[in-house]
Amino acid sequence: MLEARGLGFGYGARAVGRDVDLEVRPREVLCLLGPNGSGKTTLFKTMLGLLPAQAGEVRLDGDPLASLPRSAIAQRVAYVPQAHSAQFPFSVVDMVVMGRTAHLGPFASPSETDRRKAAAALATLGIDGLAETEYTRISGGQRQLALIARALAQEAPAIVMDEPTASLDFGNQVLVLAEIRRLAVSGLAIVLSTHDPDHAFSVASRVALLDAGRLLAQGAPREVLTPERLQAVYGVSVAIERLTGGQTVCVPDYGTDRA
Amino acid sequence: MRETALRNAAATRAGRRLGVIGGLAAVLALTLLGALLVGAYPISLADALAAFARRLSGAPAQGQIETVLFDVRLPRVLAAALGGAALAAAGAAYQTLFRNPLVSPDILGVSTGAGLGAVLGIFLSLPVAGIQLIAFAAGLATVGLVYGIASVVHGREPILVLVLAGVVVGSLAGAAISLLKILADPYDQLPAITFWLLGSLAATRGAEVWAALPLVLLGLVPLVALRWRINVLSLGDEEARALGVEAGRLRLAVIGAATLMTASVVAISGVIGWVGLVIPHIARMAVGPSFDRLLPTAMLLGASYLLLVDTLARTMARIEVPLGILTAMIGAPFFLWLLAKGREGWS
Repeated sequence: MLEARGLGFGYGARAVGRDVDLEVRPREVLCLLGPNGSGKTTLFKTMLGLLPAQAGEVRLDGDPLASLPRSAIAQRVAYVPQAHSAQFPFSVVDMVVMGRTAHLGPFASPSETDRRKAAAALATLGIDGLAETEYTRISGGQRQLALIARALAQEAPAIVMDEPTASLDFGNQVLVLAEIRRLAVSGLAIVLSTHDPDHAFSVASRVALLDAGRLLAQGAPREVLTPERLQAVYGVSVAIERLTGGQTVCVPDYGTDRA
Repeated sequence: MRETALRNAAATRAGRRLGVIGGLAAVLALTLLGALLVGAYPISLADALAAFARRLSGAPAQGQIETVLFDVRLPRVLAAALGGAALAAAGAAYQTLFRNPLVSPDILGVSTGAGLGAVLGIFLSLPVAGIQLIAFAAGLATVGLVYGIASVVHGREPILVLVLAGVVVGSLAGAAISLLKILADPYDQLPAITFWLLGSLAATRGAEVWAALPLVLLGLVPLVALRWRINVLSLGDEEARALGVEAGRLRLAVIGAATLMTASVVAISGVIGWVGLVIPHIARMAVGPSFDRLLPTAMLLGASYLLLVDTLARTMARIEVPLGILTAMIGAPFFLWLLAKGREGWS
């Protein structure tokens, strides 16, 4: 599906990271963990072809990303950026319909079918009540949900999400993680970044740990996210506990100072 | 249930927007008619209708009414409507493209460049058509130069580089204009230069309108055809590309179209400020930011507005008031009022 081979990434001449090998297949959730400034967003932008690769390559269904036109890339992989404010007060449904652009001809406007798909995506995330509200007037969490809805309306088999839970309240975090899991079960390939190891434990089929632009480890959540590694990367000591229900949680030790 | 309610709400909104556009079209038609009748030589509605009927039926003209109506007023009225529509369309496109509601069509230097061309033409004592041609070419060349510089300077923010290049080239052209003003004949050329730089339609003839019209329409075609993608581009380069839009190419097409429209109008009217800045703003408040609705609304509004201002310019005083002075005197306070009222309509 979406794979990076020996990928070096950065802005212009400045290298942010290198030697990254990643792959995500249908029905998989790949969770990228790493501290602030470790290069998660830059890596994602390179994997989406928004930044040129400095080394190695990204392939989409085996095709080198660099050889595909933008519309072909957008039909195969959708991007959920971190929630932002728009410059102009588009309605939420207009914002979501923009996800249909890759399926439209260059001179076409969205049809009734496209609008129905946008409405359905809004309903999936439980924000259909906001359809006609201005995107600039809703909260950061609602914007994040709208951006996820836009990615759903894009109907790409893979979705890359940059910290989709960062600006959400507790309830919406659970809602979005549950939706991510459901999307993977329905056959999508999903890559997301997060700051919360618990989120990786709850939705990820695989975890990749990024530190200073290099992949530290990759594999099943319980194998990658060990207390030692988390301490090495984040500088705080944590315990990993398995609950009786089978869930794994990460419990920080608030008594220690940063190493 | 919910879906029907949603669809009804959307339908009501769509209806209201259609109403706005229809209403503006009616206002424009009335303004056109009014502008044809008033002036130093007032014409009654009946006389005007009779004159039009005679012209359409091919009957011989009956004196002064026809001369005033068809040779003087009609070209001027059409030029004002065309100019207002073109400047507002270019402004709407640029504001969406640069993701900034404070941008006007001359952000990339088209007006300053055209101004330099015209001033040079006046300085060299070229005929009127020559001045217009050189103004048009210099406007296009200036934006071409700005775009060229921005493409050579590779930055992380292509839009910022474009705007900065526009500012730099624009101030260079401004300096060249000042130099020519100092060198110009103060009794003959300098007043003409000053008048041109403030914009006026006083000398507009039919042939000029017919020359500018196809160029404006040519610029309008890509804006209409690409209206949806222009919306997507307002999310920023990166997001637009992630949604499947070739942002760089689309931006070039929009800049080319808006520049062509602006340059063709500025060449016959001189530099008219504020229309391309304020009118898209008001249009956005009326119908929202979506470009497919913004474009026709801004064009209708811009046409009526410049027509009204030009009619004022030739009737309010015994001398002709330059358009640029009036559009600034109306536009600037209005813009301040918009600012004070809150940022509704843009963020």
